[in-house]
Amino acid sequence: MTQVDSTLISDWHVVADIETLKDDTITTTYLFGERIQIERNHLKSISVTTDSGREVISRQKYGFVWVCLGEPGRPIIEIPEAEENDRHVITGGSMGVHVSGLRVVENFLDMGHFPFVHDGYLGVETNSETFPYQVDITADDEIVATDCKFFQPVASPNAEGGIMADYEYQVLRPYTAVLYKTNPLQPHRKDYIAIFVQPAGEEHCIVHPFLCYLKDGIDRCTVRWFMQLIFGQDKPILENQLPKCLPLDPRAETCIASDATSVFYRRWLREHNITYGAIPIDSASNFSESKSGDIIR
Amino acid sequence: MKLYNYELSANCYKVRLLMSLIGIEWENITVDYYPGREHKSEWFLKLNPLGQLPLIEDDGFILRDSHAILVFLATKFDDTGKWYPTQNAEVLGEIAQWLGFADSLNSTAGSARLHDGLFIECDIDSCRSGAHRLMRILDEHLWFQEKQNNMWICSHSNPTIADIACFPSIMLSEEGGISRIDYPAIRRWCDRVRRIPNFIVIPGIFAAGPDINCENTGS
Ligand SMILES: [Fe+2]
Repeated sequence: MTQVDSTLISDWHVVADIETLKDDTITTTYLFGERIQIERNHLKSISVTTDSGREVISRQKYGFVWVCLGEPGRPIIEIPEAEENDRHVITGGSMGVHVSGLRVVENFLDMGHFPFVHDGYLGVETNSETFPYQVDITADDEIVATDCKFFQPVASPNAEGGIMADYEYQVLRPYTAVLYKTNPLQPHRKDYIAIFVQPAGEEHCIVHPFLCYLKDGIDRCTVRWFMQLIFGQDKPILENQLPKCLPLDPRAETCIASDATSVFYRRWLREHNITYGAIPIDSASNFSESKSGDIIR
Repeated sequence: MKLYNYELSANCYKVRLLMSLIGIEWENITVDYYPGREHKSEWFLKLNPLGQLPLIEDDGFILRDSHAILVFLATKFDDTGKWYPTQNAEVLGEIAQWLGFADSLNSTAGSARLHDGLFIECDIDSCRSGAHRLMRILDEHLWFQEKQNNMWICSHSNPTIADIACFPSIMLSEEGGISRIDYPAIRRWCDRVRRIPNFIVIPGIFAAGPDINCENTGS
C-alpha cells in the first residue's frame, strides 16, 4: 500500500451515505486502498472495521458515516447552513469516479469548463467569458475564492431564465471543497453545495455531495436530480484525465494551471505535503506515467 | 404522457431519446432512484410491482419495461412508421431479436456501469467479459451491415427502436470500465446515432462533434 500522508490519516473521511445502508448488513468500501467494512445494527449504531479486524473511529453526521483511521487531529467540519430549517439538508448521491479525488476537487473549483461541459445549464457554449475573481488563504489556512461571477442559463432548477450567478468557493481540507451560489429566488442568499471526496485509492474516489438548498420553489428530489445531472456530465471528463493523479509541479499542465484557484490549490497541497492521489514535485519528471495502479475492485 | 424517470438511468434514457426523436411531448416525474430507492417505495410498487424504471402513463394506460415502451411509443406516435415498421415481418423479427440482445447488454455493460458508479452489486468480472463478448458480436454485425451499405442494426434504411435500445449501454460502457477501442464499427455506428436529428444526451454522453478529450483542457 502506498504511504498515506499523516495529515490524511488523522483527518475525517466520509465512507458512506447512511441512507444507502441496510440494517444488519455489511457494506464494503475502500479508503486509501484498504478495504473496510461498515456494519449497522438494528439500533442504527454503526461500526467500521478494517480487513484485519481493527475497529476504526466512526461518527454519523450530516447523513454520512465518517471515519478516522488514526487519532483525530481535528473535528469533522461544521456546517452552519445544515442547521437552518428553511433549507433542504440532503446527501446528493455518492458516486464512484475512476480518477484521483484531488482531480475532482480541482474540477469542482473550476468555472472555466461550465460552457463546454454544462452547456445549457451552468454555462453557454457561445459565451465562455469569465470575470476576474479573488483567491486568498484564510487565517484558518483554507482557500477562499470570492467574487466569482458567471452567466448561467439554468443556475438551479427553480431559476426562471438565466441569471448572473455569484459563486464563492472554499477548500476546507485536501479532499473537501464547498461552494456557495446565488439562489435564483432569493438573490441575497446562497445555496450550499459541498463535496466530501473519499480517497478510495490514489486513482479511484467516491464523491459524496452534500446539499443545503433553500426550500423555496424546489423539492428534495429535484435538488438531487440536478446535482446528479451536473455531476454526471463531469464524470466522463474526469475519468478521461491523464495522468489520473494530480500533478503538483507548477510546470505540469500549464494550460490547466492558468486557472487561479487551481494554481492555489496545487500550491496549497504542496505546502501541506499532500502526496496521496498526487504526483509530488520530486517525481514530477515522470508525471506522464500513471502511478502504479492500486486495484480496488 | 407521464414518464417516471431517473436522469442517470440508461433505460429511462432510451425512452426519453425516442420521445425526442419522434417529437412526443411528455411530463417528467422524477423518481429518487439513488440514493433514495424510491422505485422500491410503496407508492411506486403499486404502479410497478417489479420496482423498476422507466414506466409511462398515457391516458390512464400504464406500461413498464423500456423495450415495451419503445414498441408502444413508436407504434402509436410515429406516423412515418420507420422506427417500428409494423408491416415488415422480417424487420420486426430482427427488432425483437436485437431487443433481446439489448437486454443482455443491460445486464452486463449496464450492470458494470451501475456497479462502478452507484455501487449496485454484481459479479463485475463476468459483467465486463460478458459485455465484451456481446460487443464483439455487435461490432462484427455492424461491420457486415456497412459492407451492404446498411448503416443500422436491422435490415432497414432507417434506424429502428433496436438501435435506440442498444445505444445507451454501449455508449456509457466506459463508465463501467469497458473500453470501446477495439470495436471500430460500433464507434462509427455510435456517431451515426448521435447525428440523428433531435438526438438528445444523457449525462455521460456528449452530442456528436467535439471530442471529449478536447474539452478536457478547461477542467
Ligand atoms: Fe463541472
